[in-house]
Amino acid sequence: MKICVLVKEVPDAAVEKRIDPATGRMDRSGERALNPYDTHAIEAAMQIRESGVADVEEIVAVTMGPETAVRTLHRAVSLGADRSVHLTDPALAGSDVAATGYALATVLQRESPDLVLLGQQSDDGACYTIGAVVAEHLRMPSLTQVIEMDIAQGPDGLVLTCERQAEYGYDTVEVDLPAVISVGDAINEPRYPSLKAIMGAKKKPLETLDVAAAGLDPARVGEAGSQVVCGEFKAPPSKQGGEIIEDEDTDATVERIVAWFEERKLIA
Amino acid sequence: MNVLVYALHRDGAINKNSLGAVSEAARVAAELGGEAHAVLVGGDELTDELLASLGAFGAAKAWRVRGPEGLAQPVVDAMGVLMSEHGYEYAVFGGGLLGFEIGAGLAARIGAGVTMEVTRIAVDDGRLIAERPILGDSSISTSRYKGKGIVIGRLNAFDAREDPSAAPAAVEDLEVQFSDFSTRPRMVRRGEQRGEEINIEDADVLVAGGRGLGDKDGFGALEELAGVLGGAVAATRAVVDAGWYPYSAQIGQTGKTVAPKLYLAAGISGAIQHKVGMQGSENIVAINKDSNAPIFEFADLGIVGDLNKIVPKLTEAIRARKAS
Repeated sequence: MKICVLVKEVPDAAVEKRIDPATGRMDRSGERALNPYDTHAIEAAMQIRESGVADVEEIVAVTMGPETAVRTLHRAVSLGADRSVHLTDPALAGSDVAATGYALATVLQRESPDLVLLGQQSDDGACYTIGAVVAEHLRMPSLTQVIEMDIAQGPDGLVLTCERQAEYGYDTVEVDLPAVISVGDAINEPRYPSLKAIMGAKKKPLETLDVAAAGLDPARVGEAGSQVVCGEFKAPPSKQGGEIIEDEDTDATVERIVAWFEERKLIA
Repeated sequence: MNVLVYALHRDGAINKNSLGAVSEAARVAAELGGEAHAVLVGGDELTDELLASLGAFGAAKAWRVRGPEGLAQPVVDAMGVLMSEHGYEYAVFGGGLLGFEIGAGLAARIGAGVTMEVTRIAVDDGRLIAERPILGDSSISTSRYKGKGIVIGRLNAFDAREDPSAAPAAVEDLEVQFSDFSTRPRMVRRGEQRGEEINIEDADVLVAGGRGLGDKDGFGALEELAGVLGGAVAATRAVVDAGWYPYSAQIGQTGKTVAPKLYLAAGISGAIQHKVGMQGSENIVAINKDSNAPIFEFADLGIVGDLNKIVPKLTEAIRARKAS
C-alpha cells in the first residue's frame, strides 16, 4: 500500500504570529517549522509500516507552500517518509481552505494513495477542516481528530478501526481503505530522527510541481479561486490584563494567592 | 433568502450548540427576508414531534433524512442536495466536531466558501458576513462570501433562544441517495463514556489539570486542593485522551462548558478549544511554568512557576486559613 502524509510549514511556535496589514495575509516571514500535529501523522504511517499488517511500499510527504517549505519536507523525510512532493507556485498564495484542499487533492490524485494521513489542525490558520475537503475531492471516506487507529486485514481489504472524541463521548468507527484520516496528538509519541536520517533527508527524491505541472485549474486556486474574502481586521473586545506573579519565593507566592482568594471570598 | 442549518441530535434530544445555530440562522434569515430551515439525519428517533420542536428556536421548516447517525459524509450528501436543488445560499453549523467535518465537506461538494470558529454572523448589504477571531484571539477578521457561504460556529458562540409560543416547524421528508464513499465508515460504538461519572457542572470551584501535570499522578495534588476549596477537579482534552482523567470531567470543544466562581488551571496552556469551555468563569487563576502560555492572556491571576511546588503549599495554606 501507499500512504501519503500531508504536511505543512508553520511559524515556529516561539514566534509571534501576525497579519501583514498591507496584504491582509498571514505574515509568513520568520522562523519556520513542521506543524507539530503532522509529526504525529508521519509517526502513524511509520507504525502501520512496522506493524507488518500491511505491506507499506511507500510513505510520501506532500506539502503546498512557499520555497522555504522544502525544509519542512526534509524534516518529514527524516521522520520516516521515503520521498516528498512540493506544490509551490506564487499563484497559490492567498488560497482559502477550499482552494487549498482542491490543490492538495489534485496532487494526491497523481499518487493514488491507499491512505492519506494528516495532523488534525495546524498551528496557524485553518483548523480541523482540510482533511474533509481533500476527502470530498478524492471521493474517499474521511474521519478527523482520530486518537487511536488500528489496521487489520478484512474480508474485502484493509480496514481501519479509529477512535475519536466527538460531541457525546468516544466514538469507534470502522472504515475500509482508501480513506483520509486526520490525527490528534494523543495518537502516538513521535520518534526523534536519527542524525543519519537528518543527514540523509536531502538525498531522498523531492518532486517540485507548479500549478501547471500539477494539472491544477488556475481559476480555482489563489486569491481569485477562493470563495471567501477575509479582511477588515479589528481588535477583539479588550479584557483587563490580569495580575501576574513570578514565583521566586513559593511561600510568599502562596500568601499572595490566598490573599487574592480572600478578597474575592473564594475560601468558604 | 432561506438559510439551512444542521441540527445534531442523540437519544431524542437536539444538541445545545445546534439549537444556538438554529436561533442565529433564524435571526439572519429574517434580515435576509427568508426563513431558517433545519436538517436532521438519523433513524426512528426523528419523530415529527422532535422536528417540530425546532419551531420554538426559530426554524420554519425541518427536513428529515433517514440515514446513519454521528457520521459527517451522509449529512454532506443530504445538505449538498438541499443547497443545490432547494435554493439555499447559506448553511450554518454550531460548535463541535461534526460541524467542522460536514461544513468543510459541503463547501468542497458545492464549491462554497467556508469560515470556521465563527463567533458572530450578520447581514451587510443583503449578504451574510461572518466574524472569526484569529491568531490566538488577538484579532477578529470578517469573511465575505463570493457565492454560497458556510458558517461553522465556535463552541457556545451562538445562544439558543426559545419562544414556546412560536409555531412548530413544518416537517418535510427528503429521500437522499448516499454516495458510495459516504456510507463506508461504520459506527461501531457511539458516545462511549470513559472513566467514572464526575459532576463538574454544579461546582462553584474547579481545579483543572492539563498536560503540564507531567503524568496521571499529578491529579492527586489537584484533588487535595479542590477538596480544601470545596470544589471538583476538571481536565483538558489532551489529558483525557491520554487516559489520565475521566471524560466526564473534560472542559472545552467536545467536553463540558462551565462557569464556576473560581477556575484554577494548573499546567494548562489555554488553547482556544479549552478556553471556549471555561471563559465564562468569574475568576480565572492560572499556574504554568511557561510565561508565554496563552492562558496568561485571559487569566485574572497568573502565576509563572512550578505547579508541583506551588499546589501542595497552596493546599496547606488554605487548610490552615480555614482552621484558624
